[in-house]
Amino acid sequence: MTDPLLSIRDLWIEGRQGRDWQPIVKGIDLDLHRGEVLGLIGESGAGKSTLGLAAMGYTRDGTRIAGGDIRFDGQDLLGLSARRRRALRGKRIAYVAQSAAANFNPAHRLIDQYAEAPVAIHHLMKRPEALREAQALYETLRLPNPQEIGFRYPHEVSGGQLQRAMTAMAMACKPDLIIFDEPTTALDVTTQIEVLSAIKGAVREVGTAAIYITHDLAVVAQMADRIKILLRGEEVEEQETSAMLSAPQEDYSRSLWAVRSHAAPARPAPPAEAVPVLRVRDVGAEYTRGTPVLQEVGFDIHAGRTLAVVGESGSGKSTLARVITGLLPPSDGAIELDGAPLPPQLAGRSKDQLRQVQMIYQSADTALNPKQTIREIIGRPIRFYRGLRGAALEDRIRELLTAIELDPDTFIDRRPGALSGGQKQRIGIARALAAEPRVILCDEVTSALDQIVAEGILTLLRRLQEEHDLAYIFITHDLATVRAIADDVVVMQEGRVVEQAPRDAMFAPPHHPYTEQLLGSVPEMDPDWLDRTVAQRAKA
Amino acid sequence: MRMHPLLTMTLQRLGFGLLTLFAITLLIFFAIELLPGDLAQEVLGQSATPETVAAFRERLGLDQPPVQRYLAWLGGIAQGDLGTSLANGREIAGLLGARLGNTLFLAAYAAAIAVPLALVLGLLAALYRGSWFDRTVNVATLSSISFPEYFVAYILMLLLSVKWGLFPSIADIGPDAGLGTMLYRTFLPALTLVLVVTAHMMRMTRAAIINLLAQPYIEMARLKGASPMRVILRHALPNALAPIINVVALNLAYLVTGVVIVEVVFVYPGLGQLMVDSVTTRDIPLVQACCLVFAGIYILLNLCADLLAIATNPRLMSRR
Repeated sequence: MTDPLLSIRDLWIEGRQGRDWQPIVKGIDLDLHRGEVLGLIGESGAGKSTLGLAAMGYTRDGTRIAGGDIRFDGQDLLGLSARRRRALRGKRIAYVAQSAAANFNPAHRLIDQYAEAPVAIHHLMKRPEALREAQALYETLRLPNPQEIGFRYPHEVSGGQLQRAMTAMAMACKPDLIIFDEPTTALDVTTQIEVLSAIKGAVREVGTAAIYITHDLAVVAQMADRIKILLRGEEVEEQETSAMLSAPQEDYSRSLWAVRSHAAPARPAPPAEAVPVLRVRDVGAEYTRGTPVLQEVGFDIHAGRTLAVVGESGSGKSTLARVITGLLPPSDGAIELDGAPLPPQLAGRSKDQLRQVQMIYQSADTALNPKQTIREIIGRPIRFYRGLRGAALEDRIRELLTAIELDPDTFIDRRPGALSGGQKQRIGIARALAAEPRVILCDEVTSALDQIVAEGILTLLRRLQEEHDLAYIFITHDLATVRAIADDVVVMQEGRVVEQAPRDAMFAPPHHPYTEQLLGSVPEMDPDWLDRTVAQRAKA
Repeated sequence: MRMHPLLTMTLQRLGFGLLTLFAITLLIFFAIELLPGDLAQEVLGQSATPETVAAFRERLGLDQPPVQRYLAWLGGIAQGDLGTSLANGREIAGLLGARLGNTLFLAAYAAAIAVPLALVLGLLAALYRGSWFDRTVNVATLSSISFPEYFVAYILMLLLSVKWGLFPSIADIGPDAGLGTMLYRTFLPALTLVLVVTAHMMRMTRAAIINLLAQPYIEMARLKGASPMRVILRHALPNALAPIINVVALNLAYLVTGVVIVEVVFVYPGLGQLMVDSVTTRDIPLVQACCLVFAGIYILLNLCADLLAIATNPRLMSRR
């Protein structure tokens, strides 16, 4: 067998924590041959991205390579001068990042950023040739208007298109190796499937080797020849994809698989005469007059039940949340709490009405004030709604922290910066719970979290629901979450409800065509799923 | 027909600028009105009889109520008539013209040195951040900004003029001096101004660029193999232009309006010195006119900065 294209031996990478250096990647070995795709999976903090960047001889500020050996095509990457290493980057090893929107420079057109590496940095070709190749690649990646789209600025192009444009940019110098770092994690399932098949097709066509980093097993099953699982910087196991899927050896690998099959038992439907805790009646909403974002949206939700609102981005899910909370008064229809109309404006609602509808946000990072301690964050709604002070307030904060399974003594004086993503989201839950609400709006609360952490959050939410008879409105684009937690499902498309049913009925055919498309876009573990689905859709 | 967004924006900002200028005329006029003492008395001196004072007041219209005088003054300005000087009865517009030219010349001279210098130093400091070069530039510019400008002016005068005799200490420009002579004679005041304004612009350039270096697209540029210089010039600088332009404009405005002390120290016949002189002679219409010109230049430069900052941002440019 020929020498591997990339060979990593006993690689140690450290990250700075205050004054100390802590290992992030602990003695990893990795081999990759030409034309081969290796999947790297693990939860965040497992060292996947750090390892991926190290394969380019690159470390972020605050990290350093402490030991080991990285060989690319026979060259010792760590021994090269900075200039020689730069000569490899972009030309022979390229990188595709998670958030294309953040990784494109807002000041330059797509085509200029495409041409930068082959023309200005590595001098492989002249600009007209680069433009022609860009247009051909844009076409391969199935971007609309391949001739024209490159002349747009990043903000004028959608997320899924940007992600493909970035893949094209990485391929500009026909590299031997591309590092894909969670390239579809930020996308809707319906967009993801297009990007995945475009990437897969392009990689196959050019014969590039790739490292595909993700935390989504089903995605990596579509893309990779081999899968390596990382946990806290260490390798758990590495196997051929089919072997990994059918017979994972380690407990941790098996636990990753198990998470996906989770589904809550169905609850009996509420009695027909019960008054819903919240009723949304024919609601319409618009940001600018004459262009409705929501039209005739209506549903009921009963105490102790979970309603999932699903749809891709732009379907009006978050606008619906704004209408229910009163941030955006509806242009049409009404909202009822316990059978009584809820004033449309936030300012018109009484303290008690405000208390009963609370919200948990997608990004706990930005929803918690970084300057406040946990005590202040949770204490504020308790003081505001319940008027507790002093020892009673302190007791209540501690009680809530215990309820969300965080130790009060450890956490009460911390600030959000000292918490993990899952812990921050728990604080967000405690803050909503502090008001003692009847309805909680959960806006994509698990989509920024890893599967295992997200699983913990969902279990917690479900337990709290049973204890407090809470009604949840769960806004999500992730159908696995829906399966795990929802009692009823509302499917939205372009501001309208296209289907509405109990969960089990929703996941069983027949479906509305749009629901069908959504369900069909969720990657399955079967490695042939992507090719098969794309082929089916092409035929249809 | 739809107007280009930049044109709409320009008209809008121009409107706001005029509104600001109007507010400033109010401020100038009534602030000076609040000054203690009687103008006619001051101008004519202690020995003047009440009759001559009254006659003087009537001739200048000072017996009218303030609001009426303000309106008359404003009306004059709107027609381009700034009034006449109390000291010598000459048209203020004519007096201002030549002095404003001198002030603008000095400001342009200083700016031509300071702006490129500040940008280059700022870029290099960002590129070599943390190095001895970065630290030296930071310390040097900070020290120069920490000294009052008259102090810097006298130190420069002492060293470059008195001790070594390289440049004249009095920036005396005759009407017939050629460009070379003018540049030579005004070198010291220009250098003083350069030392005072460079620090601010340089530090902003450095900070604005370093601020952006944590952006994912900067990492992406590095991963494409771009050299550190290219990363800064091509990827960071275009996105840092808006804050830099704003600071440059503020400093340019300062070069025009803040030169009063430097002009006095170097006896340079500019607008600032004219203003100081007219304050001592209680030549109120002239003081008002000077204030107004300064304010106008300030507003105009900031307007230009806003528009340039917008023009460099593709996001704002393409919004319809």
